[in-house]
Amino acid sequence: MLIPQTEAELAAIVAEAEGPFHVQGGGTRPIGGPVAGMPLSTSGLSGIALYEPGALTLVAGAGTPLAEIEQVLAAEGQRLAFEPMDHRGLLGTEGVPTIGGVFAANVSGPRRIQAGAARDFLLGVRFVDGRGQVVRNGGRVMKNVTGYDLVKLMAGSYGTLGVLTEVALKVLPDTATAATLTLTGLDDGTAIRVMARALGSPFEVTGVAHRPDGPEGVPLTLLRLEGTERSVAYRAAEMARLLAAFGEVQIDHDTARTRQTWQGIRDVKPFHGVSGDVWRLSVKPSDAAGVVAGISSARALYDWAGGLIWVLVPEGTAAGDVRAALSGVGGHATLIRGGERDAAFHPLDPTIEALQCGLRQRFDPRGLFNFGLMGVAA
Amino acid sequence: MEMPRPNPDILARKPQLLARLSGVLPSDALISDPAETRAYECDALTAYKCPPLAAVLPSSTQQVSDVLRICHEMGVPVVPRGSGTSLAGGALPTEDSVILGVARLNQVLETDYENRFIRVQSGRTNLSVTGAVEADGFFYAPDPSSQLACAIAGNVAMNSGGAHCLKYGVTTNNLMGVTMVLMDGTVIELGGAHLDAAGYDLLGLVCGSEGQLGVVIEATLRILHKPEGARPVLMGFDSNEVAGQCVSDIIKAGVLPVAIEFMDRPCIRACEAFARAGYPDCEALLIVEVEGSDAEIDEQLETIMEIAHSHNPVELRQSTSAEESARIWLGRKSAFGAMGQINDYMCLDGTIPVTELPYVLRRIGEMSGEFGLDVANVFHAGDGNMHPLILFDANKPGDLERCEALGAEILKLCVEVGGCLTGEHGVGIEKRDLMTDQYAPEDLEIQMAVKDVFDPKWLLNPAKVFPLAASEAHRIAAE
Repeated sequence: MLIPQTEAELAAIVAEAEGPFHVQGGGTRPIGGPVAGMPLSTSGLSGIALYEPGALTLVAGAGTPLAEIEQVLAAEGQRLAFEPMDHRGLLGTEGVPTIGGVFAANVSGPRRIQAGAARDFLLGVRFVDGRGQVVRNGGRVMKNVTGYDLVKLMAGSYGTLGVLTEVALKVLPDTATAATLTLTGLDDGTAIRVMARALGSPFEVTGVAHRPDGPEGVPLTLLRLEGTERSVAYRAAEMARLLAAFGEVQIDHDTARTRQTWQGIRDVKPFHGVSGDVWRLSVKPSDAAGVVAGISSARALYDWAGGLIWVLVPEGTAAGDVRAALSGVGGHATLIRGGERDAAFHPLDPTIEALQCGLRQRFDPRGLFNFGLMGVAA
Repeated sequence: MEMPRPNPDILARKPQLLARLSGVLPSDALISDPAETRAYECDALTAYKCPPLAAVLPSSTQQVSDVLRICHEMGVPVVPRGSGTSLAGGALPTEDSVILGVARLNQVLETDYENRFIRVQSGRTNLSVTGAVEADGFFYAPDPSSQLACAIAGNVAMNSGGAHCLKYGVTTNNLMGVTMVLMDGTVIELGGAHLDAAGYDLLGLVCGSEGQLGVVIEATLRILHKPEGARPVLMGFDSNEVAGQCVSDIIKAGVLPVAIEFMDRPCIRACEAFARAGYPDCEALLIVEVEGSDAEIDEQLETIMEIAHSHNPVELRQSTSAEESARIWLGRKSAFGAMGQINDYMCLDGTIPVTELPYVLRRIGEMSGEFGLDVANVFHAGDGNMHPLILFDANKPGDLERCEALGAEILKLCVEVGGCLTGEHGVGIEKRDLMTDQYAPEDLEIQMAVKDVFDPKWLLNPAKVFPLAASEAHRIAAE
């Protein structure tokens, strides 16, 4: 395993490379692949270079442990609003998740529907391209339209375009209190309507999820409210009134328990240690229940009001059988655990794929980085 | 301002080009009479003008695709145009180019409250997107000052912001999908009603690419339910440093206002003379707005007022009614008009780290003295996006050049303190030649490589964004 300690060292390694690399952060999110090549970790490029709480910005080496960043932010009453998932429990991996890995896979949690995705909080990047050149894009300010937005391009490109060395991100204030509202016994279709109603209200819901098989087999529809104590109390009452027609709304004002509940949803806890392949589907929320009904023997966990569906299917289920459920409705499906790993990423329209290949060839002409990931045949 | 010399070969083939375009467009959608093409000679950066070879106003996807295919085959540059409100010259044509205006593509295609999006044709104006959903309690968040006139096409091209991005983000954070036509006429879909991309985030790449990668003809936009209410508070301080510190303290306190606007003394005075909003005569003025229910607003303002008090404000006025709110916003909203009354002005758009505000304002004051031109500052303080307004006299020889030179120095200062050349207006031609101050050659090279992929012949808006010397090799290779 190569673990360069500086950006310059990394650039030299890439410039002189004769074979491909398997680029990774902490290696906790092995999605797709398998990837051939010499393992190359960014974990040596670690450390917070700048943190200005009053400007809501933080700059850190790509290999900085996520936990270190979360700890530093918490000390100032701030947080990563996009709430990145920890994949270790679901995938059974070990290791230290890095901030670079979070952005390389564009990992966002339940708050994505209200606050935005990881890519929305990434302000700037430094990376080493396939020629071994250091490239800078974006910056450390919140509004920046100077030149093309390669920051977005790098987010979610799984290390196939370059090796991230440094990221600048926007952070937000944490909230003092959080509450969970629960409705029980709703079928998937009704739950989707409830969640849409909640999100279409002015009450700023920061989590909207549905578990068709709750702890005792009873469906649970969950809403999260965050803010000051008074504000959360007010909005919880308003929300309960708004949704009264769908059944009794239980309100749990315990902040610690709410955090735990939503961490479980973020990390897809119901599927931890349960055998089967796990898929991640992104769809228009109102299509969600129909899509799940179209996959045989599927267990589902709906997040993002139905826009994100975690699906557990029997081991070895063909990728085509899962993706067939999306035909005619749009969206995409990514295999996260088990199954046909080389079919993990959603097939692209040929014109889009040609553009993607073109970009790949410009950024990494020798095909050094995570060759074969994301279905990009270089 | 240097632009590439028009290609005489293209000028000579104008009749053939018009003949082919008239085969795919209705007669009223093709404009080539020099008296009429003059309407397209510039955008809101009026200092630079050049009538195009022709202007086309397609009203369907097929027409856009046909026009681009023909121009692609004939090697004719195309400059896409929304409403022409760019302050950066993003829609400035060259003599050998065709302006492709999307103004006739202005329909709402789909409104979906359950999934909270609206799909519109890109010629629709920003404000009329909100207009289409506000009766049902919804709105589209990005709100550039030109929102009455500016088109979604231009918003996407420039990744436009507005006063409320501290809370709601800019265009790229509210854009879910586009239908885009590539230069060869191929129609592609990026994103849609679902979230995040399969594959690379090409949608994020296209947003802010200044019409150089494709022509966006439809957009799927996130709509939000309107907040229950909003209320501003006005604060006056006797120094920029203190006002800057107050902004930082508010943010650190965990309150996230929907907008924090900052005006300096020259701006306050001009606005007061123009709008009579009752602003205090002081060094720095902040307007801080929060949203929510009445009780939630009270709670947030309580915290904000407490912080403001600790900085000894010369004025602290909390709105208690819709009339008072309107009055507090009145001066700020008429700032540009007020400046226009005094003189010609150039509006800059750099962004700086919020912590550098006091230093940058002091330096701008010094530079203003050195150049002998007044500068008024009005900007979105929460996110550090500054809009220094340099006053000059367009009729006075040399004044425009001096103004541009001062503008360049101010933008370089923004870069020097860790910021950038443009926060929401775009590079266009205006900041094109300053790009090398922010980016190293390899940083620009890889951006131009992106254009090589989407538009290998470099026909879409080719003379923008990158310094001509830097893009020359790409443009020549494409010929």
